[in-house]
Amino acid sequence: MVEKHFEIVTNFNIYVFLIPFLPLVASIITLLFGKRYFRNKSQTLPILALFFSFLLSVKILIEVIHGKIYHFDVYTWIFAYGLKVGLGFLVDPLSAAMMTMVTCVAFLIHVYSVGYMEGDPGYYRFFSYISLFVFFMLMLVLSNNLAQLYLGWEGVGLCSYFLIGFWYQKKSASDAGKKAFIVNRVGDFGFALGIFMTFYFLGTLYYNEIYPKLPEIANKYIGVLGYEVHVPFLIAFLLFCGAMGKSAQFPLHVWLPDAMEGPTPVSALIHAATMVTAGVFMVCRLHPLFELSDAMMFIVAMVGAFTCFMAATVAPTQFDIKRVIAYSTLSQLGYMFMACGVGAFIAGMFHLLTHAYFKALLFLGAGSVIHLLHHAPDPNDIRIMGGLKKYMPITFWTFLIASLSISGIPGFAGFFSKDEILAQAFFSKYPWGKFIWFIGWIVASMTAFYTFRIIFRAFYGEFKGWEYVHGKPHESPRVMIIPLIFLAIGSIFAGWIGVPKILGGSNHIEEFLAPVLGHPRIIHEVSHSTEYLLMLLSVGAGLFGIFLAWLVYIKKPSLETFFSKNFKPIYTFLFRKWYFDELYLYTIVRPTLWVSRKIIRGIADNTIIEGIVNGSARVVNITGTGLRILHTGIINHYTTFILIGILVYLLVYLYLK
Amino acid sequence: MPALEYYIILSIILFLIGLFGFLSRRNLIVILISIEIMLNGLIVLFAAISHFTKDISGYIIVFFIIAMAAAEAAIGLSLVVLIYKRLRTVYSDEITNFKG
Repeated sequence: MVEKHFEIVTNFNIYVFLIPFLPLVASIITLLFGKRYFRNKSQTLPILALFFSFLLSVKILIEVIHGKIYHFDVYTWIFAYGLKVGLGFLVDPLSAAMMTMVTCVAFLIHVYSVGYMEGDPGYYRFFSYISLFVFFMLMLVLSNNLAQLYLGWEGVGLCSYFLIGFWYQKKSASDAGKKAFIVNRVGDFGFALGIFMTFYFLGTLYYNEIYPKLPEIANKYIGVLGYEVHVPFLIAFLLFCGAMGKSAQFPLHVWLPDAMEGPTPVSALIHAATMVTAGVFMVCRLHPLFELSDAMMFIVAMVGAFTCFMAATVAPTQFDIKRVIAYSTLSQLGYMFMACGVGAFIAGMFHLLTHAYFKALLFLGAGSVIHLLHHAPDPNDIRIMGGLKKYMPITFWTFLIASLSISGIPGFAGFFSKDEILAQAFFSKYPWGKFIWFIGWIVASMTAFYTFRIIFRAFYGEFKGWEYVHGKPHESPRVMIIPLIFLAIGSIFAGWIGVPKILGGSNHIEEFLAPVLGHPRIIHEVSHSTEYLLMLLSVGAGLFGIFLAWLVYIKKPSLETFFSKNFKPIYTFLFRKWYFDELYLYTIVRPTLWVSRKIIRGIADNTIIEGIVNGSARVVNITGTGLRILHTGIINHYTTFILIGILVYLLVYLYLK
Repeated sequence: MPALEYYIILSIILFLIGLFGFLSRRNLIVILISIEIMLNGLIVLFAAISHFTKDISGYIIVFFIIAMAAAEAAIGLSLVVLIYKRLRTVYSDEITNFKG
């Protein structure tokens, strides 16, 4: 295969610059003037900005496809003996693909939000935050150095916090926002340390300077607490901590299901399509670093596999439609990390791109149903839905397309990307590849099962939420439906850019991304018959999952409670989400609170600091009380004191003389 | 003309009478009068010293003190009048607004 030759453009390019900054400007203007002047027209500016961003992204993407790479610095903020921190852009195939996906999905979700958020008192605030989010996300994606990546990384976390707690009057929402922020803080602390380490060992934060220097540290070891630690492992592990937080991987996954308290478009954009994939993007961006350490690749693969499996077991037990999809997101992110962990970075990125479409579509479809039931006490509960196929045909069909896509049914986007991951895991040169394939294969059928559980419970059977809707259930407004249709198109055709060779495709995505991510790390002798067999197996797993869901929820509803009745301990264990929240509550939250209350507040604050402050006040008080006796208010006494004073002064004067 | 010592003794006696009155009397007007007595003690002293040393500057100071004493008495009395108007008393032990 001939390596593609790229023309590197180092001049300032206004189009690239405008892609992130248009949403920023729109966001600021909307935030400043939205409340007073735009009110229910607040959507205009952000949507226009996003639309132009999207058009520019497509233009840049086409240029990148034709062999251009933009790499330029806009401005240097700090320049001090080797440390260079500044604003710069790098548009290579990886970031171009990601950027186009972000602007496209974000634009569609902005449009959808016009319908979903209509009449909300925080309407202008919503659009301002969500545009700001897009700005930070694009800064993250387009940056050419780690410091700017970190800016975007923290920025998207901040916007995520704003938007999870968007309905801050609700206690659970503001709690969920705090939880997301604090859990992410843990990961980001590691991420910051990772950036420091990178600078310490490599002396630069710019990608184009990091890559050539990596061989220098390939065999370096450093003593940490008496152990000899492989330097690439250390850096990669610290950076991966950040990825675990942001991409909600075990053990920092607990915030994502709670983040569903935010408005549904937010769940779709931030907690499914874009922000949570930042971790995968970062691993792909720094893949040469991760590949230096086999142990790190193993950890990435195992974390992905565990999260993938764990989330897939929890999802079928939940009744909150958004939570089910959130666990599904966890699971799919697990797939992406599994792909990275076996060296199939391209497959991971490919799954990231297709996942963005079908997962956003799942969320928006769920949002459409929630919008219908928004008078219910808990509009997310799938037990009050049912039979909606009749009343909401477009929502149903688009939701079905997304479900087929995520279940890996041939022809849909999810099939190609998931199959790519499974195949490359199976043929991986890493020894844990077969295990990863097995986990991925099992989870494929579970994914299909719980996704179709939603379909069968929400769209089939009898509608049970009559008391919460006025008149008959109806389709959502057109402004919400059209984005669904576009995303559905994406959910089908996004996969077609990566049709594997054995199905007669040409796998454009691999060709496109290979210059950045390298070719998949697979063993040399790949037999096509095994590949066909694997494909057949994964399709079979998907179909089996759908069949099982059909059996349990349509054919024999009596089976529905079979599992929860006969395997009660396991069911409770899964229903309580593997007791992770409780585990953290007792091992981290409670001890932290105890230390804060007893040690920090009780001893340090109340005794020492307040002791000093109150003590000095008390000394003044006691002295004053003593001196009050002299202060009678009678002038004669004062004059006597004056006399005594003069006499003392005279005596002293005479004595000294 | 008696010797200088007698004038000094007279002046000290006047000053001590004034000081005693200033410290011990309760009536604000009496306190003001006591201040005048102390000043008079000083005037006597200055005048006597000036006379015996044949130096005119003592007399000049006497005039200044008399002028100042007149002004002081005027201000002091008007303050007493105001205090009386507001507090209905001129006895210093009854005016204890400054008690700490």
